Amino acid sequence: MPVCCSACEVKNAVLRRPKTGHSLCKECFFWAFEEEVHQTIISAGLFRRGETVGIGASGGKDSTVLAHVMKLLNKRHDYGLNLILLSVDEGITGYRDDSLETVKRNQQQYELPLKIVSYEELYGWTMDDIVKQVGLKNNCTFCGVFRRQALDRGAMMLHVDKICTGHNADDIAETVLMNFLRGDIARLRRCTFITTGSEGAIPRCKPLKYAYEKEIVLYAYFKKLDYFSTECIYSPNAYRGYARAFLKDLESIRPSAIIDIIHSGENLSVKEDVKMPVQGTCARCGYISSQKLCKACVLLEGLNRGLPKLGIGKHHKLQHKLLAQEPLTEREQRKLKNVDF
Amino acid sequence: MCQVEEEDGQYCQEMEGGQHGVSLAQKCMKCKEGSAALLIRAGDAFCRDCFKEYFVHKFRAMLGKNRLIFPGEKVLLALSGGPSSSAMVQQVQEGLSRAAPKKLRFAPGIVHVDEGAVCGQTQEERARTAAQMESLLKVSGFPYHIIPLEAAFKLPGSVLQFHTPGSRNNYKEAVDGFIQHQQSLHSTANEVTLTQVEERLTQLSTEDPERQDVDFTLPESTKNPPPSSVHTQRLIDLFSAVTTLTAREELLQKLRTHLILHTARTHGYSKVMMGDSCTRLAIKSMTNISLGRGAFLATDTGFSDERHGDVVVVRPMRDYSLKEISYYNHMFGVQSIFIPGLDTKASAKASIHRLTEDFMTKIQADFPSTVSTVYRTSEKLGVTPRKMNASAYVMDRCLLCMCSLDTHFAEASAFHATLVSEQFSKKTKPELSTAEKSCCMKARDGAGQCENPTKDCSSVQRGDGKSAFLRLLCYGCRLTVNDMKSLDMLPPYVLLQAEQHNRRAEMKKEIQDFLLCEDETSDAPTT
Ligand SMILES: [Zn+2]
Ligand SMILES: [Zn+2]
Ligand SMILES: [Zn+2]
Ligand SMILES: [Zn+2]
Ligand SMILES: [Zn+2]
Repeated sequence: MPVCCSACEVKNAVLRRPKTGHSLCKECFFWAFEEEVHQTIISAGLFRRGETVGIGASGGKDSTVLAHVMKLLNKRHDYGLNLILLSVDEGITGYRDDSLETVKRNQQQYELPLKIVSYEELYGWTMDDIVKQVGLKNNCTFCGVFRRQALDRGAMMLHVDKICTGHNADDIAETVLMNFLRGDIARLRRCTFITTGSEGAIPRCKPLKYAYEKEIVLYAYFKKLDYFSTECIYSPNAYRGYARAFLKDLESIRPSAIIDIIHSGENLSVKEDVKMPVQGTCARCGYISSQKLCKACVLLEGLNRGLPKLGIGKHHKLQHKLLAQEPLTEREQRKLKNVDF
Repeated sequence: MCQVEEEDGQYCQEMEGGQHGVSLAQKCMKCKEGSAALLIRAGDAFCRDCFKEYFVHKFRAMLGKNRLIFPGEKVLLALSGGPSSSAMVQQVQEGLSRAAPKKLRFAPGIVHVDEGAVCGQTQEERARTAAQMESLLKVSGFPYHIIPLEAAFKLPGSVLQFHTPGSRNNYKEAVDGFIQHQQSLHSTANEVTLTQVEERLTQLSTEDPERQDVDFTLPESTKNPPPSSVHTQRLIDLFSAVTTLTAREELLQKLRTHLILHTARTHGYSKVMMGDSCTRLAIKSMTNISLGRGAFLATDTGFSDERHGDVVVVRPMRDYSLKEISYYNHMFGVQSIFIPGLDTKASAKASIHRLTEDFMTKIQADFPSTVSTVYRTSEKLGVTPRKMNASAYVMDRCLLCMCSLDTHFAEASAFHATLVSEQFSKKTKPELSTAEKSCCMKARDGAGQCENPTKDCSSVQRGDGKSAFLRLLCYGCRLTVNDMKSLDMLPPYVLLQAEQHNRRAEMKKEIQDFLLCEDETSDAPTT
């Protein structure tokens, strides 16, 4: 016997919400999903009328749904925002080629302007070239650092006021667990903020912060949204992998665990006497950094000097030499050259 | 989309680096003479004697560093029977013995909660465990109290109240007081009567009208009579009305805490020592994060836990790993008793507690520093500062766990998001709408008759009852109660106290306009 939708009590339900366990019809689910994102945007005061907002678009499900919902809510609730799709081309053969095609199709569907920034354009290196230099084991360090900046640089070029990304509740819960496991108290505190990056940097926000990954997939499925579903071919490191697997198990025991962990993260309070790293800006590129040189600039320097290990480990002592463009000693060079593949 | 962020890489390298096996030819790292008997961490090999010294020193150092236990203070040791709490009791014995160079100067007692009824033990098994426990307790020479979990049905509502701590908070003063007390003891030379007087005084000084219901207990060891089969059955019914093992485990912990607290209060103990090891606390931190109890990590896992006010919980075993404790117990013959828990036979995915324990064990095998890292992370967390004025009124504390409520914060929060999701998924919207009033509320306001005779008032009230009850709880305890089929089976002290809180809240609402200062704390959160 078909189950009746618990929201309208008229139509037959077609799905059970992973987040609440309620049975809903298609229309009521769409409405709930969209209006919940709207509530998040309004209650956190994410945008102001007249702002230009860059939507980080990778072609994956999260950013595809984000672009769709942002476009829709902007119209439905008259936010008065100027939306732009922002995409990064890392230059990974077989991965980006396909996903960029998806982004381009999305652009036509949603009639939003699209800007693609390439690694080659920004750094002079494609991801494929970087992998050749540093090996598969460390490349995700590069792809993460460079992408973060690429989005900002692209946003700056387009005079964007804010960037929003498709990070969902699962991503955030996973990050809380990971930062807790590895004792990173500063990131643990920051990772549940809905908006990050003040002073100079373009603010980034996460409108899907409270949306479950499973609901995002359901939404995309029933809306027949076109997305590219391959995970980055360079797999994430073991620690995040652990946190992810753990979160999936938790969710299977108690579906609310995802939001419960975010609640925990939002309410953690750090003792007053615990030192937090002071955030400054990179002396070379101006990006936020706790060191004199930001991670991206150190990595780039390593690539350009043919010393790929620079920036993968901790090499604080070398910072002044890099800044002054001084050569490194034989010993320092030897240590930084060899990379495990 | 690849979710990897810039920082992932470096940590993995730091975390790696495994353990080396113990080599038999190795010498003790401390005395450089004795041959190594064990390896507690990579590189730290100890001979038997040095290990003992290290272990004993650590216990004293933990107490000495925190200077929280006053000389002469009555301290209640919570003994589950497991390795950590058994080691703790043994350390206290060791510290009080004449042979100890720096003698501990407090007066210990032991409490054990018998949870057999809900952990699948038969009457015979329970009796056997109890006998085993009792012989162990007798050997300790300390006064002891064995409390069956069924005693929860006889607890007074006051156990859920915050009691303002006494004036004894100056360590120096306490030391002086102790010395004087000792001298007077020598002159009158009758310790027992003095403690008895003290006992009566503490009982008289608490203004609890329900106290009369409690049996008068002697300061010496107490062993409750075997619980009535009625209570045992009620307890079993209560636990079977909880639909998940996760919530059952949480409920058990709450009841156990209340019983220990009540025992401490009625017998004049002002400190309770819990035997949680560093390993256990690391697992507990991860578990509690997953249970939405992030706000209370410092209270739930820190050295001292002052949520109850007058009775402070301390965790002196928190610097020992479970491995160290097992080695110690094995080498020096510290006895522990195996008592099955709620989840003893459960699979790894049966509850969040079991899953987290399993997860931490596995990740610890791959990254040996995980437990100590997690433990150190939780060290850096503090008690969430009260955002509102710190009124002593209890409404701003969770009814069950007594922590400051973490549910009346900003609209832009995970908690609010869950309420919004509920709202959009249901046609009737109970939590968020302020206009909602049950028919019985109207009846109370005016004519004295229910205006809506077609509706079953009692059922409306019951539905209301649950949401009114939930409002008294912190985020995490709400999750526990949400997994209960009915509230009716909860022990009376919980229900009575909840009713009292809600009456206060209603009163507050009526007089709201006449109150001069903005006292948000005492009002139950509506959103
Ligand atoms: Zn519907
Ligand atoms: Zn990657
Ligand atoms: Zn830079
Ligand atoms: Zn030695
Ligand atoms: Zn609570």
